[in-house]
Order: sequence, then C-alpha cells, then structure tokens
Amino acid sequence: MHRRTLLSTAALALTLGFGSAAAAQDVTAGFIYVGPVGDGGWTYEHNKGRLAVEEHFGDKVKTIYQESVPEGADAERAITQMALSGADIIFTTSFGYMDPTIAVAEKFPNVKFEHATGYKRADNVSVYSARFYEGRAIQGHIAGSMTKTNKIGYIASYPIPEVIRGINAAYIHAKKVNPDVEFSIIWAYTWFDPAKEADAARALIENGADVILQHTDSTAPQAAAAEAGNVITFGQASDMIEYAPTPRVSSIIDNWAPYYIDRVQAVMDGSWTSEDTWDGIGPGMVGIGEITDAVPAEVKAEALDLKAAIAAGDYHPFTGPINKADGSVWLAEGEVADDGTLLGMDFYVEGINAEIPQ
Amino acid sequence: MMDLSSINPILLVASIMVSATPILLAAIGEMVVEKSGVLNLGVEGMMITGAVVGFAVAVNSTSPALGFVAAALASALLALSFGLLTQFLLSNQVATGLGLTLVGLGLSSLIGKPYEGMKSPTLPKLDIPLLSDLPVVGRMLFSHDLMVYFSLALVVAVWAFLKHTRAGLILRAVGESHDSAHALGYKVVMIRLMAILFGGACAGLGGAYLSLVRVPQWTEGMTAGAGWIALAIVVFASWRPGRVAIGAYLFGGVTVLQLNLQAAGAAVPVALLSASPYLVTILVLVIISARGAHAAPASLGRPFHASS
Repeated sequence: MHRRTLLSTAALALTLGFGSAAAAQDVTAGFIYVGPVGDGGWTYEHNKGRLAVEEHFGDKVKTIYQESVPEGADAERAITQMALSGADIIFTTSFGYMDPTIAVAEKFPNVKFEHATGYKRADNVSVYSARFYEGRAIQGHIAGSMTKTNKIGYIASYPIPEVIRGINAAYIHAKKVNPDVEFSIIWAYTWFDPAKEADAARALIENGADVILQHTDSTAPQAAAAEAGNVITFGQASDMIEYAPTPRVSSIIDNWAPYYIDRVQAVMDGSWTSEDTWDGIGPGMVGIGEITDAVPAEVKAEALDLKAAIAAGDYHPFTGPINKADGSVWLAEGEVADDGTLLGMDFYVEGINAEIPQ
Repeated sequence: MMDLSSINPILLVASIMVSATPILLAAIGEMVVEKSGVLNLGVEGMMITGAVVGFAVAVNSTSPALGFVAAALASALLALSFGLLTQFLLSNQVATGLGLTLVGLGLSSLIGKPYEGMKSPTLPKLDIPLLSDLPVVGRMLFSHDLMVYFSLALVVAVWAFLKHTRAGLILRAVGESHDSAHALGYKVVMIRLMAILFGGACAGLGGAYLSLVRVPQWTEGMTAGAGWIALAIVVFASWRPGRVAIGAYLFGGVTVLQLNLQAAGAAVPVALLSASPYLVTILVLVIISARGAHAAPASLGRPFHASS
C-alpha cells in the first residue's frame, strides 16, 4: 500500500512537473471545501472569495477547488492531490482540515498553505479566521430583545472553540437585554446535512424556541423556520437574504475575498510569510447583513450602535464581569478577554445550563 | 435536571413519520432491486436527482404532486442507464452504481443552480374525515401528507407482491439463481430491468420528499448520505419489507428523538445521542434477524449473460 502510494505519487509528480512548467499562469491557488459550493452558506462564501481572486488577477492566476471533502483522513489525500497538481497556495477552509493540512505541508515545503479557523501553524502554514463572535453578539442582542417565549434555539455543529465562542457571545448579549432568556443547544455533529439541520430546527421550535441561531452551513433551518411561522432566524456565513424579511432578520456574512486576494498577491510577489490573521467587523472580514423591518426600530438602532462600537474597537463582546458556567470568575469588571483564551475556549459562560460534549 | 416536559409526544411522532419517509421510500425500492439479484449502489445519486427534478417541476408547475411524478420518472430514467450498462453491456455493478451516484450528484447541482433559495409549494396535510379529528392520534398519525401513507402502503404492496404473487416468486427466483430462472424460460434481463426502474422511481420519490416536504427547499448535495443509509438498512433488514420499514422508522425516529432530547436539555452525553440512530437501528435489526434464514439473494451482484 505504502509503496504503491509512493510510486503513483512519484509518477504523478513527474507528469505534473512537466505540466506546470508549460503552464501560462503565474500562480495556481487551490481551495478545499467542506460542503458543496451551492450550500448557500459557509462554502458558498469561500467560493465567492475564490471567484473574486479569479476576477482580480485575470489570466495571471488559475484557481482550482475540490468540494465536499470530508474532514479527517480523506482530507489529507485531497490536499496532497491538490499540491501535486501544481497549486502554489492552498486554502483549506474548515476546522477539521487542521492536522491534515499540517501533515501535507511538511511534505510540500514549497507550497504555501492557509488553514481557516484553526490554530496550528508552520513555516509554510498560515492560519486565518474571522471574529464571528462579534456578529454573534449582535445576533444575541436582537434575539434576546425579540423572543417572546424566552427560549432561543441554537443549532451547533461540532464542540470546537469557534462554535462555543459563538454560543457564549450570543448568550451574553441576549441575557443583557433579557434576563429571563434561556438557550437550548443542539449539537448536530455535521457542518452540512440539510435534512438533519431542518429536523434540528423543528425539534427546537417544537420545544418552545421562537428564535433559531445556527452554526451549520445550509439554509435548511431557515426553510424549517419559515414553515413554522412566528420564528426568527439569522443568516449564517452568508446573507441568506432569500429568507428575508422573515424568518431571516439579519445575518453574519463572511467576506474572504480581500484576504484571499492579498495572500495570492503575496505569493506572486514572493513576500508570503506564515501569519496569523483574525479579523472582525472593523476590517470588514465579518459583515452584518441588513436588519429587516421585522425587527423593532429601537432594537435595530441598538444593534447598529453595538456594531459601530465593535467595529471602532470601543467595545469588546467579551468584557467583564463574566463568570464561567461553574461559577468561577473569568473576567473581572471591565477586563477584556485575551485572544489566547478565546481561541481555545472550552467552557460556557455562567447561565448556560448545559454541558459541552467532550 | 431531566425535565423533558417540553417535548410534545404528538409533535414528536408526527416529526418521526416525516423524517423516516424518504429513507423508507429509497430502501424499499432498493430492496426489490436486490431481490432481483442486482446491486445498485447509485441510490444516493438517484435520490438527489429526484430531489432536484421534483423541486424544479413543483416550482414551475406549482403542483407538488406533479413534482413527485416527475421525480420518479427522472430517477427511473437514470436507473435505466444503470440497467442498460449492467444488464446488456455487463458492466461491473458496483462500479456502475458508484458512477451513477457521481453522475446524479453532478447532474443535480447543474439542474439545481437556478432553484437555489427558491420556495416551492409543499404537499398539503391530509384532513381525513373522522380519523384526523380523533384526539391525540388524529394529529399524531392521521394528519400527514399523502406520501407518508403512500410509502407505508408501498411496503405492504411490495411484501404482498413478493410473498403472494406469481410475478413476485419469479422475481425472487431470478435473484436467487438467474441460470435456473433462465432455464425455465424467464426473461432474466427484462425482469431485472423492471426491478431497476422500480428502484429508481422509489429513490426519486424519496429524494423529492426531502426537497418538497422534509426540508423543504433545494440545496446542492442535500441528500447528504441518505441513500447510503437506505442501502445499509436493506442489508440489516435482511431483505424483508417489514424489517425495512422498521429500520427506516427506527433510524428516522431515533434521529428526531435524539434532537428533541438535546433541545429539551436531557442529561445524556451528546456523543451518545448523536451516534444513537446508527447504534439503535443496527442493534435492533440484527437482533430481530438473529433467527431464521436471512441470506442475501444468491445471485446478488453477479452478472448474467444468457449464453453463459
């Protein structure tokens, strides 16, 4: 098995070596996607970033992509394949590609790798992510203000820091405007499975939730909420504007295009270095989709104020006093969370009455 | 803090029936195909083709019923290509089936592009006189859309067909020993083609149920492995219609139940809840299949050529 892989790898490298020598493009940028490009959410936005790269550079850059690559062992094969086919820079766009990306990067020291939402770097591996929790704070504010049942449903994907951060940010800001608010969290253990996401939304609604927040990638929960009526939702990763004005009352929009263009440019200039990028609303990596008229005017105004304060750096969504779920003090009055703690967040804040799956 | 009072058993059972229907439709069709001795691994591809065609036709005609019919036809057509390749050109069934899945996934995303983000008319819930008005069970069991009952009726029909009709006996004979069936003068290839078409139509209906009722919307790749679950259920149900129904309802049921338990904040480890649909379905089907004959059709997956 090993020898066969090695042989075929060598053979491929040989043919591709000749191939890329003849290629007209300066840079080939590869993208590995966790879902289909038509998911309407997470992968859709990464693919929009890829298309922006193509448009920006024209003939000078060739982009390639592979969609619906499972996280885990098979990802390593897909990334290797992409490196072998002549990519100069490869964006691996899901948390679960972290170890595979590092493993492949070791074998291809001349290829640049960019891993989204992870925390492991190497000389040829950068990490990048967006401060989605800033958008979650705004969602929490609207959700807490608008819920009538005081029960907010949250469709979570995997128990990783990014997802936990989102839950905490939303909860803190919902609780601020509505002390009676409760969060009911479902772990779907998938990024993309429309039927299951719709089932999860329905289960939350049937259990009394009238606001659904989602951290999965498809628009299925929006469809389920639309069907149920009297439920509000937020677009996740993408605007999901087709469900406005209700159930979708606002959204978090990931805007990867400027970053992708920058990084491809850096490869072109030979100035690429391993970096750690974590941008939020201020630099424009996180966008807040239009807040519809279904939201009361004063709530909308407050939400926009909150957005402006976060963007300007005047307000950090994790500002003390905040206790952890076990009652211990996390942040003292006025203290602001450091990035290290946020990046490794593995606890709920006080008030969320649930366990994080191990 | 096990407070499960927020779970409404009436709504729960109703959701379970909706959740089980797509897998049940696909699985019962595939069971007939396998009973005839053909292994079609293209269920996922046929399902998603049904999902997109059903959605597109329902949107354009504003008739979900027409959507279901078109979905069945389109997936049967896709299945026909599998039938021609495997039955006449004797291609390898496993490879062709996998190819069918790839074709279905690609074709569906192509067809589906203009339909992303659109809303479709959905099937109306039936209002059955008397039955729907019964307390509790009326809402639980007798207020669903037509396809839920159709899928259950189909299970009974398939069971009766295989067990009590001459045509069913012939189909099983073809699946057990195509050479003997051929020697007796039965048209093995034609019978298998019919079974393949039936399987395709059922998978198409299952897919359309996803895009028109269960989600309801079109999203690329939306079957997300449901076809593979259907294939597994056929095997674990040891090729018996009743057990296929049990398997589909268990899988759909436990999926919805575990989501509800999570939503209600049950103090059960989430990892266990999340794995429970697979564990429970396999466990129960293995236990009920522990006794008696439950071998695969003897000719399953073997190519047949009249001259051999």
